[in-house]
Amino acid sequence: MAYITIDEKKCKSCYLCINACPKKTIKVGEKTGKTGEKVAEFVDSGQCIGCKSCALVCPDLAITGVYR
Amino acid sequence: MQQVFKIPDSLKKNTEYTFCPGCGHGVAVRLLCQAIDDFNLRENAICMVGVGCTAFLYHFLDIDALECPHGRATAEGTGVKRINPDKFVFTYQGDGDYAAIGMTESMYAGIRGENLTTICVNNTNYGMTGGQMGPTTLIGQVTTTTPYGRDEKLNGYPVKIAEQVAQYKGTAFSARVSLDSVPNIIKAQAAIKKACEVQIKKLGYGFVEILSPCPTNWKMTPEQANEHIRENMMKEYPLGVFKDVTGEMK
Ligand SMILES: Cc1ncc(C[n+]2csc(CCOP(=O)(O)OP(=O)(O)O)c2C)c(N)n1
Repeated sequence: MAYITIDEKKCKSCYLCINACPKKTIKVGEKTGKTGEKVAEFVDSGQCIGCKSCALVCPDLAITGVYR
Repeated sequence: MQQVFKIPDSLKKNTEYTFCPGCGHGVAVRLLCQAIDDFNLRENAICMVGVGCTAFLYHFLDIDALECPHGRATAEGTGVKRINPDKFVFTYQGDGDYAAIGMTESMYAGIRGENLTTICVNNTNYGMTGGQMGPTTLIGQVTTTTPYGRDEKLNGYPVKIAEQVAQYKGTAFSARVSLDSVPNIIKAQAAIKKACEVQIKKLGYGFVEILSPCPTNWKMTPEQANEHIRENMMKEYPLGVFKDVTGEMK
């Protein structure tokens, strides 16, 4: 089961990862990040294929790892 | 279970970028560090940092760096490389830095065929100082110094950096890439690696121009900024490899 790790402290809520994910496994989360907006959150629904798209587009190193 | 993506080792541990949300600089720096990791150059590299948002670079890299006067990174890099021919010397500059203030120095790096690598981030404005018109600002683009849009009669035409660098004999590699989408980021990674490789093989000047979003100064959301790159910037600045002496990239 592939998954990703997100460092909420680094997320600046640009949501590029949400748009990049082909399986829609990332959503706008509950927690507020450093820009005052809600941070991105990984939904571990077993859908993630570990394609790295989210990590490649993330401009803030907030996606710290992709495992597959 | 195996880790297929990790943050490059050339970045300091727990780096938190100070760029604006959605800024392309963050991706460009990561790709550059990945290339340095891939060639195992961290201990041997010297970074020539430009001025602008690029100037934050030395806070993030775990690499020796020199902060250069505005526009003069390739000139300073020339000196550093000539006395340390075994070091890997690269410059990281914005479009205003590279192609306006330092146009002469930049072009002569290619003309002399210096063994340097340059990453030039083109965000069509002077990002750090508040989004003034830069050399690459598109015709009609509104910036703080062109409130009615860039007018070619008054401000001249945009500079096509990658094509210009490609025409010099001393240039070994020149390409334009973009950070707007996943496939283009993968291509950008390949181009940056190539620009490093030509320096390692002592073939000449390696150059990559990166079309990069600047959502804050463009007054767009990050997603709109990527759309703007695809819709408007790529028409003026076509992507591609304009010169590759190794003949491996098209
Ligand atoms: C000789 C000189 N002129 C002007 C400046 C002011 N200045 C600092 S950053 C900057 C803009 C740099 O823009 P660019 O190179 O496009 O990089 P960006 O910030 O867009 O990444 C300017 C004009 C300076 N530091 N030195």
